[in-house]
Amino acid sequence: MKFKKLTIAAVAALAVAATASLANAAEPVDPADVKVGIIYIGDENEGYTAAHMAGIDAMQEALGLSDDQVIEKTLIGEDETCADAAFDLADQGCQIVFANSFGHETYLMEAAGEYPDVQFCHATGFQAASSGLANMHNYFDNIYEARYVSGVVAGMKLNEMIADGTITEEEAKIGYVGAYPYAEVISGFTSFYLGAKSECPSVTMEVKYTNSWASFDLEKECADALISDGCKLIAQHADTTGAPTACQAAGIPCVGYNVSMIETAPDSALTSSTNNWGIYYTYAVQSIIDGTEIDTDWTAGLADGAVLISDLNENVVAEGTAEKVEEVEAAIIDGSLKVFDTSTWTVNGETLDSYVKEGSDIDYISDGYFHESEYGSAPAFDIIIDGIECVAE
Amino acid sequence: MHKEPFLRMSKRESIGLGKVILIYAAALLMALIVSAGVIVALVHMNPVDVYKAIFDGALGSKRRMWITIRDMLILLCIAVGLAPAFRMRFWNIGAEGQILVGGVVSAALMINLGGKIPNILLLVLMFAGSAAAGMIWGLIPTIFKASWKTNETLFTLMMNYIAMQVVTFCVVFWENPKGSNSVGIINQSTRAGWLPKTLGTDYFWNIVIVSILTVAMFIYLKYSKQGYEVAVVGESERTARYAGINVRRVLLRTMAISGAICGIAGFILVSGSGHTISTSTAGGRGFTAIIVAWMAKFNTFIMVLISFGIVFMEKGSIQIASQYGLNENASSIILGIILFFLIGAEFFVRYKVERNHK
Repeated sequence: MKFKKLTIAAVAALAVAATASLANAAEPVDPADVKVGIIYIGDENEGYTAAHMAGIDAMQEALGLSDDQVIEKTLIGEDETCADAAFDLADQGCQIVFANSFGHETYLMEAAGEYPDVQFCHATGFQAASSGLANMHNYFDNIYEARYVSGVVAGMKLNEMIADGTITEEEAKIGYVGAYPYAEVISGFTSFYLGAKSECPSVTMEVKYTNSWASFDLEKECADALISDGCKLIAQHADTTGAPTACQAAGIPCVGYNVSMIETAPDSALTSSTNNWGIYYTYAVQSIIDGTEIDTDWTAGLADGAVLISDLNENVVAEGTAEKVEEVEAAIIDGSLKVFDTSTWTVNGETLDSYVKEGSDIDYISDGYFHESEYGSAPAFDIIIDGIECVAE
Repeated sequence: MHKEPFLRMSKRESIGLGKVILIYAAALLMALIVSAGVIVALVHMNPVDVYKAIFDGALGSKRRMWITIRDMLILLCIAVGLAPAFRMRFWNIGAEGQILVGGVVSAALMINLGGKIPNILLLVLMFAGSAAAGMIWGLIPTIFKASWKTNETLFTLMMNYIAMQVVTFCVVFWENPKGSNSVGIINQSTRAGWLPKTLGTDYFWNIVIVSILTVAMFIYLKYSKQGYEVAVVGESERTARYAGINVRRVLLRTMAISGAICGIAGFILVSGSGHTISTSTAGGRGFTAIIVAWMAKFNTFIMVLISFGIVFMEKGSIQIASQYGLNENASSIILGIILFFLIGAEFFVRYKVERNHK
């Protein structure tokens, strides 16, 4: 398996190499002595954390670790309890500690500073490279690839609805239940939208935010509001089954996140974009066993099986979807299809040929596409493109 | 023919200290037995291991001990703040809000003045600012009550939601990156505005501040004239008026103190514990502290024991949940069981139950 070493990781590694990399490349550890700690924002009832738990289980199985070698802490908030948990896991002898929520990052850095021999890995974060801590790492999957593919599924469904006269071309509007208005979510809904647009060119999208990662009630309300605004298909970047529940009741097709929604919405769910976190967890813990360095910014996508879409709901998806999905996935994997190809989207009617964020000198756009997750594992795409209407509250 | 019930309840005239201790000890014992029973039923483990895990989770390592102490101090601080209000029978359900506004002021000063003024000055400003913010938040409902007889229970409760919105509003300016709703640790590298590590512990100043408040409040309520006025107003407003006490002034003064201490709890949370601000900074402690204050009958020294007991069990049951793969919500069940028995014990302290004799 090949993992993309990121440019920024290389730069950061160079910067700290002299002092830090020695500490980072530890001695190999006997698999029987490995101890892994994980800090979850939620629990098994919340899709995002459930996906991480599944990844940890897969790692445990792949590496043959016993249950008492893996210590899981659930429902840890983004406050001092996260630092408490990280310190406590290090005190218990964990060689590696993971945390899965964005707001955990600074607390994990706090622990990383105090325990230089313990590796701390943080999902969705962006500060590992700049923290100057050799034992601090970020990881995130290229979920935008899977979102694009699930967008293709949605676009085909819209085309089917247009063809059989349920809706007109102008009515093809997607509603998107988003969590918070920042890059991780914006990158997600834009890739989804571009996937849908590649099939159904007239499609538009309305995004509403719940300002919560996981709230069944808010997500359901949000989906209901989008449906009454005329949205004909609902997708989500939020962690519960709230939106699919609303869609099942309203008879509107939907695309989920994290887990298959077919059980919740048997007549509505098309598919879900999902992460296979097991790929990273296995890689990271294997690195501990081998005594090798863990990437400062790790990411992997469809090519490595780190992201995928869940099984298509044959009762709901348009005809020919499976074949199309296969074709699109192959194109993304071989690089012939770029998700954020600048020729497919505009901002205020104009095509961008350069995008530099404030306070940084990285130009994300070159060779005709936005280089998502190549300069850092956390999503970077935070542009609101034409066709998408965001209702921030 | 009138039939007498089998059991008869009557209010106790008085009760010996020994009996009180006995009742609470019995309640605690029963709570431990029932909660262990629940855990054993859930995970099929030896009850002795359950108690061992509880102890281990709360005090099993030096760091765990300090975390237990830290959280106990905050709960105690809030309970101490609530004591005068409830002693006056002023239902201050608004501690959450008073903590949050105190925390917001601390966070604002940390973010805007951190590194620009000497740290000592910054800390003093944060302390005073948080106390003032909590005081204002406590005074608003009191002014309405004193002037127009509004219901303070509802009013203080509503103030919590306003405080939450204030926090949400501020987070929009402070979040990093934009839109993520996460402020993260404030001044992580400079530690400006953090209560400094002293005598080898991060929580030295937390201990100092809360200890002073605890002792001062005990003396204030028990031995000062103002404390006596608070008690009289709490017993009967009319009696107070008849005795020439200016009820309006007592109301305002007491809630100013109550709100200010809750605001200080917000300062301790931000400066001496979490070093961040979010809508969950208070995290329900403002409500748990009401139970602490009531169960201690406003005796601040008994509050020390009760808040320790609650935090001890909380940390212990979290450990059980983590150790035996239970959901963390299992710890809420245990806490619920314990509070059920402890509050139930209240009943037996106040009333006696007798069998009817023919």
